[in-house]
Amino acid sequence: MILGSINPAVLMAALMVAATPILLAAIGELVVEKSGVLNLGVEGMMIMGACLGFIVAVNTGSPFLGFVGAAFAGMALSLLFALLTQALMTNQVASGLALTLFGLGLSALLGQRYVGITPPRTPKLDLGPLSDIPFLGRAIFSHDIMVYLTIALVAAVWWFLKYSRAGMILRAVGENHDAAHALGYHVKRVRVLAIMFGGACAGLGGAYLSLIRVPQWTEGMTVGAGWIALALVVFASWRPWRAMAGAYLFGGIVVLQLNLQAAGVKIPVEYLSMSPYLITIAVLVFISSGKARGSSNAPGSLNRPFHASS
Amino acid sequence: MRQPLLRLDGLTKAYPGVLANDNVSFEIGIGQMHALLGENGAGKSTLVKMIYGLVKPDKGQMVLRDLPYAPAQPSEARKNGVAMVFQHFSLFDALDVAENVALGMENPPAMRDLAKRIRDVSEEYGLPLDPNRLVGDLSAGERQRVEIVRCLLQDPKLLIMDEPTSVLTPQEVEILFRTLRQLSSEGTAILYISHKLEEIRALCDEATILRGGKKVATCDPREKSARELAELMVGQILTPPERAAKPRGDVLLSVENLSLKSNNPFGTSLKDISFQLHAGEVLGIAGVAGNGQDELLLMLSGEIPSPSGQVKLKSQPIGQLGPNARRVRGLVTAPEERLGHAAAPDMSLTANALLSGAARKGLVKNGFIDWKKTDTFAREIIAKFDVRTPGSHVLARALSGGNLQKFVIGREIELAPDVIVVNQPTWGVDASAAAFIRQALLDLASAGAGVLVISQDLDELLEVADSFAALNEGRLTPVRPAKGLTVEEIGLMMGGAHDMHPAHEVAE
Repeated sequence: MILGSINPAVLMAALMVAATPILLAAIGELVVEKSGVLNLGVEGMMIMGACLGFIVAVNTGSPFLGFVGAAFAGMALSLLFALLTQALMTNQVASGLALTLFGLGLSALLGQRYVGITPPRTPKLDLGPLSDIPFLGRAIFSHDIMVYLTIALVAAVWWFLKYSRAGMILRAVGENHDAAHALGYHVKRVRVLAIMFGGACAGLGGAYLSLIRVPQWTEGMTVGAGWIALALVVFASWRPWRAMAGAYLFGGIVVLQLNLQAAGVKIPVEYLSMSPYLITIAVLVFISSGKARGSSNAPGSLNRPFHASS
Repeated sequence: MRQPLLRLDGLTKAYPGVLANDNVSFEIGIGQMHALLGENGAGKSTLVKMIYGLVKPDKGQMVLRDLPYAPAQPSEARKNGVAMVFQHFSLFDALDVAENVALGMENPPAMRDLAKRIRDVSEEYGLPLDPNRLVGDLSAGERQRVEIVRCLLQDPKLLIMDEPTSVLTPQEVEILFRTLRQLSSEGTAILYISHKLEEIRALCDEATILRGGKKVATCDPREKSARELAELMVGQILTPPERAAKPRGDVLLSVENLSLKSNNPFGTSLKDISFQLHAGEVLGIAGVAGNGQDELLLMLSGEIPSPSGQVKLKSQPIGQLGPNARRVRGLVTAPEERLGHAAAPDMSLTANALLSGAARKGLVKNGFIDWKKTDTFAREIIAKFDVRTPGSHVLARALSGGNLQKFVIGREIELAPDVIVVNQPTWGVDASAAAFIRQALLDLASAGAGVLVISQDLDELLEVADSFAALNEGRLTPVRPAKGLTVEEIGLMMGGAHDMHPAHEVAE
């Protein structure tokens, strides 16, 4: 963070870094919700990813393995959620909240001995001459690989949902699970897979926080990033690119208000700190209420338990 | 005898507590139109689910074209040329027509080719469809076309149709029948499930009748009267409801030029609705599902408020009043959805009796519930309306559809209303319970109340209504006396055939 005057290239660069963990978690949750499941455990899966990713990276010395470990940690926790909600038919909202509390507690326990350690550095991706372009090079082409992979993931999810048959089945299951079942699709299998994908994405998002953005492990370090990811999915009307725009907007305001704080603007710090949440939600509500169908784009079977009657 | 296509041999399926199908055997010939008749709960759905691979039989075999046939899942059934048009539950509102079709196919072609084939096939059979439209925006008739076209694209040998006409106008039914006859002449067998007897007599050349999970007869429906078929289905003699003719009295309920936006994004807004309901009158409102019936009920019940002066009960404006205030003034309603709207599924019958009865029956004193009085009220309903249940403590969801419907309608009638509004009072109810409910409504009208029956069952409306109107895309036709109306006229009131064409006009 620079003091005094704000450099737009640096701001842009910081924005992309700030947005990436939320975007990762949001794109995963978007797929989960598209399949008709509401997993409120994003925060818990993120923090588990942050913790486990950190532990693996410190012990192996490889940030790459750290990210892999984080994805598996998030996925493992999401499997617990899948077991509860899909096999044992528990309430999704309650299970998701429990998952968040469980993740926060378990990660605090596991990460006790890792507080204050610095993780191995994740190298910046060498994009050769691209990084030398004035402004853009600094702002866009000087990041670690996860930033770009996340954007690629958004594109992949968008393509998957819009054009692939598997994506169509996933949307069908989320839209009307009774009909999907009647046509012979395996509702629970699709949902479990979606939940696992969501868990892995949340885990990656968490690891991005502890390995790159901060980079350190502290208890409860996600500070609500999982919740903002959940809100993003809803206010982005379950559209991948809109979720990305929302995440970047959120990241941008986070960075901007930090800069403003540092620059000593005469606005109470509390207002600045809350501004990313307020502005992001206000903007997305405005967008999604504009079109007639935008606001009611929720998957039809979202948060409804599925039990095959025959 | 035609060459057999599918033979069912001793199919048996038991669920905990019920024997859904008990040793059912019959044959369907190539190109045959075979009717499967039976009341709700007779086991028709279970039987076709076994044929379509959704349910595995406990016992018995099926033979398709001389080969053993035991589909483990629907995709296997589809590969064998068995296709099914569902009564409901098989379309996705937020997906477009082409996607909906693709989801029901084994190996759909690329989306662009599929769109073209949908256009071709739908034109060939006189069922025009735009592949790019969202299914949520289609009318009930159009939705059914999507289902049919989905089946036709797979070149089926056996087409199962589950209650296909329950959502169609008479004209649309005629067009559907022409499509089906064309298919049959091309060699596709059709298994046609219905409880509408006249339709089956007009369409099918063989009928299998199920009662209580057992096959009771196989016959040629054209040689039996509808009454004989009904008695085979029900297993008892049916008496049509009766009523004493009475001159109609003063206007009880009036609605004037009311337009109201639906609160559901896929709903139908009401447009310029006007009608009057008199004391002692039964007003029947027909219409295909999704033409504003739900909105009309919500508007009358007070769940959607309307501009104050346009809805009047006994000349008093009630548009801004909520449901309980309307109940106190004498207007009660029984919505279509029994579980979740008319009754709370996880509450006892006593508690459900309280929910709508509190206002008129004085079941709440100083903010406290008088449970004793409430329970007595619930027991009265159960006794008077022949609700078969172990007691008033039973949860609403534990009752069968017919029994719960008797309870719900009985509850409203017991409130001694001046005006009662019911939506689909006998939907999914067995014939004897339906007759009972209709009789109860007629008795209420004879006692001087105004009765408004919204229904998609034309036979029911013709049986009970004195006057008649139809909802079509949120508009209500002028009210006409029911006497002397023909089914053709009613069909036109319901909007005719919308934009369907008979198969041959297009094909030739």
